[in-house]
Amino acid sequence: MSTDAATAAPATAGTDVKIRLKNLTKTFETKRGPFLALDNLTLDIPTGCFFMIVGPSGCGKTTLLRILAGLETHTSGTVEISKPAGGRPSNSMIFQGDSLFPWMTVWENAAYGLNMRHKPKTEIKDRVGFFLGRTGMTRFADHYPHQLSGGMRQRVSICRAFANDPDILLMDEPFSALDEQNKVLLQEELLKIWEETRKTVLFITHSVDEAVTLGDRIMVMSAHPGRDKATLDVPFERPREVLELRARPEYGEFVYKIWSYLREEVHRARAQDEGSSS
Amino acid sequence: MTDVVQKADAAQKTTARPAAASGFSFSLSAGNFDRIMNVASPLFLLLLWEVAARLGWIDVRFFPAPSKIFQTMLTLIENGQLWIHLKSSMYRLWWGFLFGAIPALLLGISMGLSRPLRAICDPLVAATYPIPKSAILPLILLIFGLGEASKIVMVAIGLFYPILINTMAGVLEIPKIYFDVSKNFGASRFQVFRTVALPGAMPMIMTGVKLGVGLGLILISLAEMVGAKSGLGYMMWNAWEILSVETMYVGLIVIAALGVVFTLILNEIERYLVPWKNTR
Repeated sequence: MSTDAATAAPATAGTDVKIRLKNLTKTFETKRGPFLALDNLTLDIPTGCFFMIVGPSGCGKTTLLRILAGLETHTSGTVEISKPAGGRPSNSMIFQGDSLFPWMTVWENAAYGLNMRHKPKTEIKDRVGFFLGRTGMTRFADHYPHQLSGGMRQRVSICRAFANDPDILLMDEPFSALDEQNKVLLQEELLKIWEETRKTVLFITHSVDEAVTLGDRIMVMSAHPGRDKATLDVPFERPREVLELRARPEYGEFVYKIWSYLREEVHRARAQDEGSSS
Repeated sequence: MTDVVQKADAAQKTTARPAAASGFSFSLSAGNFDRIMNVASPLFLLLLWEVAARLGWIDVRFFPAPSKIFQTMLTLIENGQLWIHLKSSMYRLWWGFLFGAIPALLLGISMGLSRPLRAICDPLVAATYPIPKSAILPLILLIFGLGEASKIVMVAIGLFYPILINTMAGVLEIPKIYFDVSKNFGASRFQVFRTVALPGAMPMIMTGVKLGVGLGLILISLAEMVGAKSGLGYMMWNAWEILSVETMYVGLIVIAALGVVFTLILNEIERYLVPWKNTR
């Protein structure tokens, strides 16, 4: 399992476990035979933890997230997610790429989860209004997604998930399609909103910078099949300023440490891809 | 990628712009130009026809001058004949539309959403769709009699297929991610239907409705020629029997005008129902 035993950093305050995976395995049936996407993954995510998963593309990170989101079933092993109180939704996902309904306005998109659960109109108005305000999207409430830039669309996507008030936020490389400047801006905004709610987050990325900037704990995943290669606690205090954090020498050292685990995996994944394509 | 697209765009602009600029000395927005052309092109054709008829280039026994046709039209309007026929055709078209479009819409979305239902219905649709609707008119008359029902059924059948096929295609074209989102945000089956499948397929549904209404007009005229005592189709058939060529043309013009009016109405409805796709 974890080669780098997690020493409890102050940032991971929660003691109870929100998500517990035991020997989680996922096999896809393909024309070439079974494909092992996740192999015997065992993992605890504490309540209130900003948990990052980094891995080369195709390592099964998205599969893991989709299993937790209820969009995919697992082959064997167990998934335990502690139930939220008061009829709140267990999780909301922020998808990679464009996931806003093109036929709904910004407001309707952000209110989607609450509308599906038939929440009272005043509550919807308060919650959606609040998060659109926090992300600077109030002005665009009546716009359709095609009238917005990529960064703005992803802001609305964040609003939609936060307004739904779930127990857990699942984020599938939400910023990967954005340019570098927008990425930093949205990371900062996400951190600010998250600080206020401190929800459990499971965030998937292939960017080591993003993982170190945002996370409390980072799991490096191996490729083909997806395994837990190493789990490390991020030694930086909160609240964090993205650019200020990145200027620190310890930041560079820590990024390098993560990279050393990841590098091997990236090369291995690449070798496998080349092997299978030739 | 985007670079290439932009270059292609720029190339198009440089070739298209000068042609448009030399044709019109005043500037027109693309929308206004479209609107003017929509009216101008049929008017020009009518003018050409009138001139050709008066100069004897065409045989006026078969192609009476538009002015003659309009005179007949005025007479038919004054004695109330045209109104009676138009009313009964519209009545049949309306009910045929409801009885054809609503089942087509519901079945089309259900088939788009459900793979088993698609497997069951697809071969049936594929087998019955190519049967010419005009060829089943005798059967329809036999089953539903010479009254209103047979005409309404004809229109309904004609509308049913294009709306069904387009609606299903529309649902199938919706990217999977939107269904994932609705599932993750806890939408029920009915909510998926209402918030994803229906609005997502709406552009294609409107295309189906436009095709269907055109087909409905064709079929109503046909059905009325055989088994009716009123309607535009009957009016034209009757005009043939009494050799009133102008009245036949009045029927054709009214049907053509209906086609235009319906298209304009449906375009407005589309603009209202699909506000997220009107900027093109």
